Amino acid sequence: MIRVDSAARTFGEVSVLEDIDLRVDPGEFVALVGPNGAGKTTLLRVINGLLDPDEGEVTLDGDPLSELSSRAVSRRLATVPQDTHVGFSFRAEEIIEMGRTPHRSRLDWSDDGDPVEAALERTETTHLRDRRVDDLSGGERQRVLLARALAQEPDALLLDEPTASLDINHQVRVLNLVADLVEEGRAALAAIHDLDLAARFCDRLVLLHDGTIAAQGPPETVLRDSQLADAFETETAVTRNPVTGTPTVAALSDRPDRDSHVHVAGGGEPGVEAVRSLWKAGFDVTAGPVPAGDAVVSLCDQLYIEVTTAPAFRQPGEALDDALTNARAAEAVVVTDGPGGQLVAEATDSTVQVRAEGHGSVAARVDGGRVDDTAVPALVTAVTEQLDGGIRSNSPGKNAPHK
Amino acid sequence: MRVATRAVVWSGGLFALLCATILVSAGLGPVRVDVPTVARATLNTVAVPAGLSVGLSDAALAGLSVPVPSVDVSYTGLFSFDVPETEQLIVGRLRLPRIVLGAVVGFGLSTAGTVMQGFFRNPMADPSIIGVSSGAAVGAVAVIAFSLSAPLQAAAFASAIVTAFAVYVIATENGRTPVATLLLAGVAIQTFLGAAISYMLLQSGNSMEQVVVWLMGHLSNSQWSEVEITLPLTVLLFVALLAYARDLNVMLLGEEDAHALGIDVEWTKRILLGGSAVITAAGVAVAGPIGFVGLVVPHVMRLIVGPDHRILIPTSALAGATFLVLADTVARAGPAEVPVGIVTAAVGAPFFLFLLRQREVHSL
Repeated sequence: MIRVDSAARTFGEVSVLEDIDLRVDPGEFVALVGPNGAGKTTLLRVINGLLDPDEGEVTLDGDPLSELSSRAVSRRLATVPQDTHVGFSFRAEEIIEMGRTPHRSRLDWSDDGDPVEAALERTETTHLRDRRVDDLSGGERQRVLLARALAQEPDALLLDEPTASLDINHQVRVLNLVADLVEEGRAALAAIHDLDLAARFCDRLVLLHDGTIAAQGPPETVLRDSQLADAFETETAVTRNPVTGTPTVAALSDRPDRDSHVHVAGGGEPGVEAVRSLWKAGFDVTAGPVPAGDAVVSLCDQLYIEVTTAPAFRQPGEALDDALTNARAAEAVVVTDGPGGQLVAEATDSTVQVRAEGHGSVAARVDGGRVDDTAVPALVTAVTEQLDGGIRSNSPGKNAPHK
Repeated sequence: MRVATRAVVWSGGLFALLCATILVSAGLGPVRVDVPTVARATLNTVAVPAGLSVGLSDAALAGLSVPVPSVDVSYTGLFSFDVPETEQLIVGRLRLPRIVLGAVVGFGLSTAGTVMQGFFRNPMADPSIIGVSSGAAVGAVAVIAFSLSAPLQAAAFASAIVTAFAVYVIATENGRTPVATLLLAGVAIQTFLGAAISYMLLQSGNSMEQVVVWLMGHLSNSQWSEVEITLPLTVLLFVALLAYARDLNVMLLGEEDAHALGIDVEWTKRILLGGSAVITAAGVAVAGPIGFVGLVVPHVMRLIVGPDHRILIPTSALAGATFLVLADTVARAGPAEVPVGIVTAAVGAPFFLFLLRQREVHSL
């Protein structure tokens, strides 16, 4: 349906889009994601013909955009704008009726009601038809603009941040509606800021970074791609939303950068706490051995942390060797009360220990002595102090001793 | 059919109001004529073009006599009611040309004002926003102040069109005319031409009063010959602008949305600008820059009929015609004859302020 072939666009000296190849097929809902200024809106404008590409070509159903009149384009492709502010006191129905513009001659003032009625019904805006658009809420106005696009009876929809100004309820309703429309055979391309929403509703994500497509594919793949962190210039953690079952992304822009390797031995809740707090504090973390299926394993998977697992209820054998290699290379080893921890403790001269106490609270111990009962900061402090003390500092990290 | 029906009903009503206003107005003045007599005299005056003949007439240009083709239209009266000769003369020859010209000018200025306010999405826009009135004034004042031999109306019309075109060219880059640039270019050109007009005014000597009266906007000494040119031009452009009323509605959503809805934005802008400029120039050339009609009437009508230009353009045009006829009646038949521009401003501004207080005007 929509096809972009090696399109490029510059504004003056600045290259905004470079070598873009993109296809959106009927029945496909594609999200355009990427940081601010990546060129998402520019790409949408190139596709709807508002901007001409400097190089390359856009085709709709095989017809080059440059050979179609804007009227012909708007019969096939409807754009739902980002700015939902409509400065005039038109009634909602009048706005929706404007969607019929490309289908009617200039002097035909009749209401060809059916597509408008259908659009009103489809977007559940029938009750708003006589309200003035500037009196509507953001969510209502967005639905009216979607209805306007539907009144165009297009084969493809372009949406620029359709959920930007909406509350969580309306975000889901609007995207659900778009997903339904796509299921009926339309194609949709939406610039969406919210990666979770994009992953939840779209069939495919296209990651735009610095005017080029950095990655594209199914949401799980794109969100786990290291390109994502590069594009957004922040560490991200991808987990699966337990309710929707779709990937959700957390940006971890506040994670400091420490050049020290810490090994966490032992699984279970103390292991999870230790891995999480140390990773968040910026340490390079490795973990293991832990039994397969331990909570530490899934956490490490999400954070791209190397973890060695041993089959549950068996001697860790090989896994222990791998873990010990990591532990010996690390500048500090944290041993938890969890399964597997003690084995490492015996094999190394670990001095930092973490124990689970009571209801999930975790205490950190250094040299067998208890540090603090607010374990998370305490653990990080303990590890940092140990590294500063030079006890196991055999690599010249940033937190290496001041000799 | 709802929009078309509403447009026809509103326009029909306002057209009837305009006709009634014309009949009453034509009866008022130093000599009062009763309405039935006015009606009969008016019908006697109604004529349709019966024939065309093209001939050559000599025009003096730079001292040389140049033959210029001229078109003569002959008219045939449709009715011949029995009306006393004096009344027929007063109504048919003295008052009606002025009243009809006033109606045409008011019609044109309000049309252009409506279109410009929508085009610029700016409530302060009026027909002269791209320099048409200032341009016309330069031509007209030059003719009066320096006693040039060119016909005043033609000079005013020509300089108005040249000015509007210059503003358009200045504001256009790479085939695109950003509305904000156009607005600012118009303001700058108006200021510049204002300086030229003021200078010529200082140099105008004995004709200064005539210049001032022209600049205030007036309808005195209107001739049928002026109506013969202004009326068809105004109606033609009105129809053209009305044909783009739906495009103008969509343009109100912003150029980006308009493009997404299949409007050829730059072409539509040219039509709207060109049409408004010419219709304004046609009015200003014969009546001077009458202020406030093109600004206030569209606002008032928008409050009444809403923002849909398919209804707003015809109703504003007819209301503007009626308003200017009424204002000119006051100017002409009041205690002392004054330029109609004074009346439109003096009546229009307080009425507009009243409306502002009554109904919150938060957007166009």
